[in-house]
Amino acid sequence: MQPETKLSTAASNSAQVSEKPVRRQPVGLVFCCTILGAAAQVLMKTGANHITQPGVLGMATNLPLMAGYCLYGLSTLLLVLALRDGELSLLYPVIALTYVWVTVLSFAIFHDEMNPWKIVGIVLIVAGVTVLGKGGKR
Amino acid sequence: MLLVLLASFIGSFGAVFLKSGAEPVRQGLKYLFLSQRAPFFNWRLACGVGLFLLSSYFFVLGIRPPGELSVLYPMVSLGYIFTLLWARIFFGEPLTRVKFYGLFLIVLGVIFVGLGSK
Repeated sequence: MQPETKLSTAASNSAQVSEKPVRRQPVGLVFCCTILGAAAQVLMKTGANHITQPGVLGMATNLPLMAGYCLYGLSTLLLVLALRDGELSLLYPVIALTYVWVTVLSFAIFHDEMNPWKIVGIVLIVAGVTVLGKGGKR
Repeated sequence: MLLVLLASFIGSFGAVFLKSGAEPVRQGLKYLFLSQRAPFFNWRLACGVGLFLLSSYFFVLGIRPPGELSVLYPMVSLGYIFTLLWARIFFGEPLTRVKFYGLFLIVLGVIFVGLGSK
C-alpha cells in the first residue's frame, strides 16, 4: 500500500514539474522590475534636464525621456509575469525598492545630498523587503 | 496632497487589474506578442496599464511646487496598504503576520526617505 501512495505522489509531482518546467521566482522578477524602474526614472530626470523645446514634440524627440518610458514598459511587463505566479499582497510592496535605487543613483549621478534620514529609510525598506522575500519562499 | 493620495489609490487599483489580467499569460512572453488574443484584447491588462499612467499623471500634478516630497512619499506608501486590502478582498490572499511586518518596515522606510528629500 505504502509504495503505491509514494509512487502516486511522485507521479503527481512530476506532472506538476512538467506543467511548469521553469520554476519562476516572483520576488526575483519584481527585484529586476524595480532596477529597471529606477533606471527609467533616472533617464527621465536626465531627459527632463535637457528639454530643448516645450510641448509634445519636444518630449517625443527627447531620447533619454523616451528610453525611460520604454524601460518603464519593460518593468511593467516583468511585474505582470511576476504577478502571474505570485501573491499581489506580497509582491506589490517590494516595488518600494525602487526608492532605494533611485535615492542611491541620484546621489551617485546627480549628486543629490545624502543624509541620515535617507539612509535610515533605505535600511528600513531593505529590511522590509527581506522580511517579505523570506516569507514568500517558505 | 490630495492629488497624490488619489494617484496612489488609482495606482493600487492598477496593480489589481494587472494581477487579474496576468492569469491567462500562461505561455509566457509568447502570449504577449504572438497570441491571437494579444494584450490589446486583454482588457484587464490594458486597464491596469491605463490606471498606472493615470496615477503617474496625478502624481506629477501633485509634486509640482509647492508640493513637498517629504509629505507626498508617505501618501504614496499608503498605496501599498490599499493594495494589501484589495488583494485580500478580490483574490482572497491570506494576510499573514510576515506581510504586516514587511509592509510596516517598508512604509516607515518610505516615510524616512521622504523626510530626507526635503
